[in-house]
Amino acid sequence: MLFNEPSPLEVKVLSRRFELPNSASIDTFLANDGYKAFMKAVAMTPDDIINEVKASNLRGRGGAGFPTGMKWSFVPRNADKPKYIVVNADESEPGTCKDRVLMENDPHQLLEGILIAALAVGAKAGYIYIRGEYRYLIEIMDKAIAEAYSKGWLGKNINGTGIDFDCYTHSGAGAYECGEESALLESLEGKRGIPRIRPPFPAVSGAWQSPTVLNNVETYCAVPSIILNGGKWFADLGTPKNGGTRMFCLSGHVNKPGVYELPMGFNLLRMINEVGGGVWHGRKLKAVVPGGSSCPVLRADECDVAMDYDSVAKIGSMLGSGGVMVMDETTDIVRVALRTMKFYQHESCGWCIPCREGTTWLKKLLQRFDDGHGQSSDVNLIGEVAKNMLGRTFCPLGDAAAMPTIAFVEKFRHEFEAKLAVAPGSFEDSSRLIQVV
Amino acid sequence: MADLVNLTIDGRPIQAAPGTLVIEAARTHGIEVPAFCYVPGFSLQAACRMCLVEVEKMPKLQTACTLAVGEGMVVRTDSPVIKQARKSMLELLLTNHPLDCPVCDKGGECELQDMVFAYGAGESRFTEVKHHVDEKQFSPVVFFDAPRCILCYRCVRACNEGMGVGALGVVYRGVVSEIAPSHGDHLECDECGQCIDICPVGALTSESYRYKARPWEMNHTGTICTHCSNGCKTTLGVRNDHILRGNNRDQSGINGDFLCIKGRYAFDFTHHPERLQSPLLKVNGEFQPVSWSRALLAVAKKFGEVKAAGGKFGVVGSNHTSNEENYWLQKFAREVLNTNSIDHHRTGDLPTFFDALSGRTDALATVADLYNTKAALVIGADLSQQQPLLAYQLRANWRHHQAAIYTVTEGPVRERKYARQMRIAQPAQQMDAVESLRTELASHGELVILFGDTIKGDAIRRLVAFGDSLGVPVKYVCLVDYSNSRGAADMGLLPDLAAGYHAAASTPGLTLPEMLGATDLDVLWVVGANPLAGGASFAASNAFVVVQEMFMTETAKRADVIFPAASAYEKDGTVTNVTGEVQQLRRALKTMGTKPDLEIFGSIAKEMGIRDFIPANPEAVFDQIRANVRGYNVPLPILRTGGAALTMPVNGRVPVASRPDLVQSNRDTLFTSGSLGRYSDKLNNVMERDRVRLYDSGVTAP
Amino acid sequence: MTFSPELEQRIQKLMTSYPPGRVRSALIPMLLYCQDELGHISEELMAECAQRLGLSRLQVDEVIGYYSMLHKKPWGKYHVQVCTNVSCLLRGAEDLMEHAKQTLGVGHKEMTEDGIFSLEEVECMGACSWAPAVQINYDFHHNVTPEMLDQLLSGIRQSRQKVQ
Repeated sequence: MLFNEPSPLEVKVLSRRFELPNSASIDTFLANDGYKAFMKAVAMTPDDIINEVKASNLRGRGGAGFPTGMKWSFVPRNADKPKYIVVNADESEPGTCKDRVLMENDPHQLLEGILIAALAVGAKAGYIYIRGEYRYLIEIMDKAIAEAYSKGWLGKNINGTGIDFDCYTHSGAGAYECGEESALLESLEGKRGIPRIRPPFPAVSGAWQSPTVLNNVETYCAVPSIILNGGKWFADLGTPKNGGTRMFCLSGHVNKPGVYELPMGFNLLRMINEVGGGVWHGRKLKAVVPGGSSCPVLRADECDVAMDYDSVAKIGSMLGSGGVMVMDETTDIVRVALRTMKFYQHESCGWCIPCREGTTWLKKLLQRFDDGHGQSSDVNLIGEVAKNMLGRTFCPLGDAAAMPTIAFVEKFRHEFEAKLAVAPGSFEDSSRLIQVV
Repeated sequence: MADLVNLTIDGRPIQAAPGTLVIEAARTHGIEVPAFCYVPGFSLQAACRMCLVEVEKMPKLQTACTLAVGEGMVVRTDSPVIKQARKSMLELLLTNHPLDCPVCDKGGECELQDMVFAYGAGESRFTEVKHHVDEKQFSPVVFFDAPRCILCYRCVRACNEGMGVGALGVVYRGVVSEIAPSHGDHLECDECGQCIDICPVGALTSESYRYKARPWEMNHTGTICTHCSNGCKTTLGVRNDHILRGNNRDQSGINGDFLCIKGRYAFDFTHHPERLQSPLLKVNGEFQPVSWSRALLAVAKKFGEVKAAGGKFGVVGSNHTSNEENYWLQKFAREVLNTNSIDHHRTGDLPTFFDALSGRTDALATVADLYNTKAALVIGADLSQQQPLLAYQLRANWRHHQAAIYTVTEGPVRERKYARQMRIAQPAQQMDAVESLRTELASHGELVILFGDTIKGDAIRRLVAFGDSLGVPVKYVCLVDYSNSRGAADMGLLPDLAAGYHAAASTPGLTLPEMLGATDLDVLWVVGANPLAGGASFAASNAFVVVQEMFMTETAKRADVIFPAASAYEKDGTVTNVTGEVQQLRRALKTMGTKPDLEIFGSIAKEMGIRDFIPANPEAVFDQIRANVRGYNVPLPILRTGGAALTMPVNGRVPVASRPDLVQSNRDTLFTSGSLGRYSDKLNNVMERDRVRLYDSGVTAP
Repeated sequence: MTFSPELEQRIQKLMTSYPPGRVRSALIPMLLYCQDELGHISEELMAECAQRLGLSRLQVDEVIGYYSMLHKKPWGKYHVQVCTNVSCLLRGAEDLMEHAKQTLGVGHKEMTEDGIFSLEEVECMGACSWAPAVQINYDFHHNVTPEMLDQLLSGIRQSRQKVQ
């Protein structure tokens, strides 16, 4: 089932089977290139597979954008321990709802991607870590896994290739932090989702202290098409160093919100106006959070940007997980900043001081501001507390909370000042609080 | 050794072994890098973010506690960025901290106070409402005040990794994350208080000390715990002759950072309401408080009469009194009272053990050896209950060096969590079980064997022969029960052996059961022992009984004269622990009306007019011990500065027959301590006391 | 404890889904599935899970407190979760939450007196492009208006009455 009408501007690679009847069934899948890429990969060497993925310029779709082929190449060839494939389906970044669509509409594409990753590193088992709220998707994936077993695409001697691979789903139980790869592994091991000290990285010591490939759902889903059509084909769909297409989740104040598969580097304004049908109610655009709530906000005048990792980074934000949150001219930025911080405060695991205490302080500060009790010195304080968290926390959650906050204050300082308890007199120099890189 | 790594910290060229953490490399060279969560020896957390340093070519600040040194690394710990980072970290840390320093136990010795003083800001910009949680009592000895907690997870690791108990964890998440006890609203554990000791702030506090005093109001005296045989140093905080707390704040003893409930809390017997504080004389069947001179006169008169008449004396010594007292007591008995009828409660078969070793001076393991040995075998003891320091050392050894641990016991013990092999065997079958492990035991290049009272008499000879046949160096620990059990035997509180395991001159005297059973004893003199505990009877109904005691024990009740004795915490002297390491007792307080046993001995001798037997002081007696007891000629500077010196009191055979029938451990748990333990409310009030059994270790997965 | 055959089967499958010696991995899904059947995580259930996986009570407790979907207190038969995170906020989630409070007469993390409904303001549930979103137990409802919510809630009430 699809949630939104597709857009004619989409380039459908990962979503190409979505509109087929019974798109989630293995029969539909097999009738439409299903498991062909896997069979092709069986004939390739692990190095060839990894090189093909490298050539595709596929970068991690979870948010960090690390080159996937390189990540796979870090897994030691000769390890005494078993190796594992782990899928991060803990989709929790506010603004992001693409993995849901991918698993719901084409679960076998994910399984095929997992199998190819297993071939590339020599893994014999895979675990799909799905957030607990997505119970119906666990059922869909379980059904797909059962179908794959019954048709010989999982288990012993897959389709006569001599390859063995077992795949399991694993339910989370409500924790944004478990989307962080090492916290996810802790959770997979039945523990609190506290990130691990790195090094060692999961490629060397991941699930159960064994070498592990850990990628986002969308990343694995891109792999079959890359193997089938070649890395260069995929790379050419996007911009240099940013291969392929991207599942963008358009939300907020647009006429046609939805999940759209667009080529990397697609212009943000076009995305809003042409794919999303423009800002709703005929209003003007105020701001866009381009990649999930962890990414610094863009002012309307910054939105003429190509949506790829490097271009968005160049203007001080991030492509993140593809959650594009559009805000019209009526949006209360202080309220958005508060809601964002409430989220991070709620989800901070509490392990390290700056994140645990910083998110709490900021939430209280912003709440006071929103309640109309802000003081002029607080405007700078918000930025400074956020700055004191930045780059100093145990895991990226602290940065994810700090960066958008700094951007909100910096770019919409006047909105904060307008909410002060006392009408603003002379303010401190409103120079930039921090240079966001 | 691998080549050293060259790096620069704050402009200083530094060399360190590969794998060294930057924080250690810096500290080794006197560069202070602050940290709350980093504790050497425990797992790394990187949680407090206080140890952030700048490293060239690394874009983000790095935690020095997780970063290993690298060749050519350039580290800065003193830059403006780092100063700002530390300051902001402390500001964040204090946002939800109650800042109740004026009433906090930790005030004055709080790491958070020190850090804020050194690195923090003078003012806070935090004006919001603080998160508050009410204080909780985790157990009769442990309180937890969550708002003070900085979540450094030291307590969790001390309990889980250090103690192998895992009774503390973290519940909830984010800012409401909280340290929680094993059973929801309460704690079931060893009650060792390690969590309190390691807490850098006043979050975990002890029932005995909380809200009692400021740290600077106390005098601190480092002495040796008077309970079990392990010989842990405990530092007693004393104000107005009251002990307010015990800990090992300077981590200087053989126990390093370890103390169990006994060393930490079970000092409270010193002020038990039933403590004897005046000499008592039995008049018409009733005890009457009398002056010291009157009591001494009565005893000296009786001793003199019986001695003159050639009457029969029986003398029972103690497992808790000092070496000086024990040495003096047996010398007085043998040379003044002309009797070899002197004995004590034997909890390990030391004479047979030393005879079996025949003076091999390299065959005794020290407490430190247990941390370093590649392999250890525990026979017939529930180590974590009976010998908590030794268990702690083996656990740390396993954690840090993956030592191979083997156990042969009557039932499951905590060591099974990490033991290579755990054999369950009844005492009579234990040596057979040991034999079955021969190949494995011989495979590690060295071995330490610890054995309890199930191995005695010929079984010890069999065990030592087995050890000799393994072809690897083997060291032994003969496990005994109490703080000076080893010293009591070494000093000659034995009817057939004088000090240093020399054959007693003239015929051997009566053993302890023989003394109790003899009907013709004229005098029974009991010093710091309770042979009539548990309803044992004393046959010589007409005997004159003199007792030196702290409490009105079963034995004291039978006395004609009772002298109120000082405890080990109220005297100077030396004691010898289970591994044969002799250490210094230091007087921490004086309890009114009591005297150290050595002083009482001197007073009796003086009253009897025997000038040669009035000891000047414990030091003078120890000089005699050094001269006369083999192995005790230890370097005095080590002893006097709080060190421990290994003693090997025998060089050759021990010229007596084994008496395994006289050896019986009291089988105390962590929460019992013979007769002495009955007078510690702390030990008696913990809920585990009646629940914990030896060989009943429930173990969960790591 | 005795579970339904389906749950027991599910637990057995979970306990064999992980590498040898790693049965602890089953803990979080096990707690969640048991909670679904039993309504909440009781002391008895904690003990049962601890025993089956060779853990201490505390190790189970630590995990329960960490995950926001696991709860030791009973919730309503129908747990109404209103997302108010940014994407939903932009499309009226705050009003929707307020409406839910009024309609149900309970606040955040509270349960109706009859035990049928409980209400929770939750974090992003992955329905951002179809905001505002509400999850009732595990069922997603998209583009929810106050009127739709009323229909959903009254539908549940009616179907329950029919059953009775």
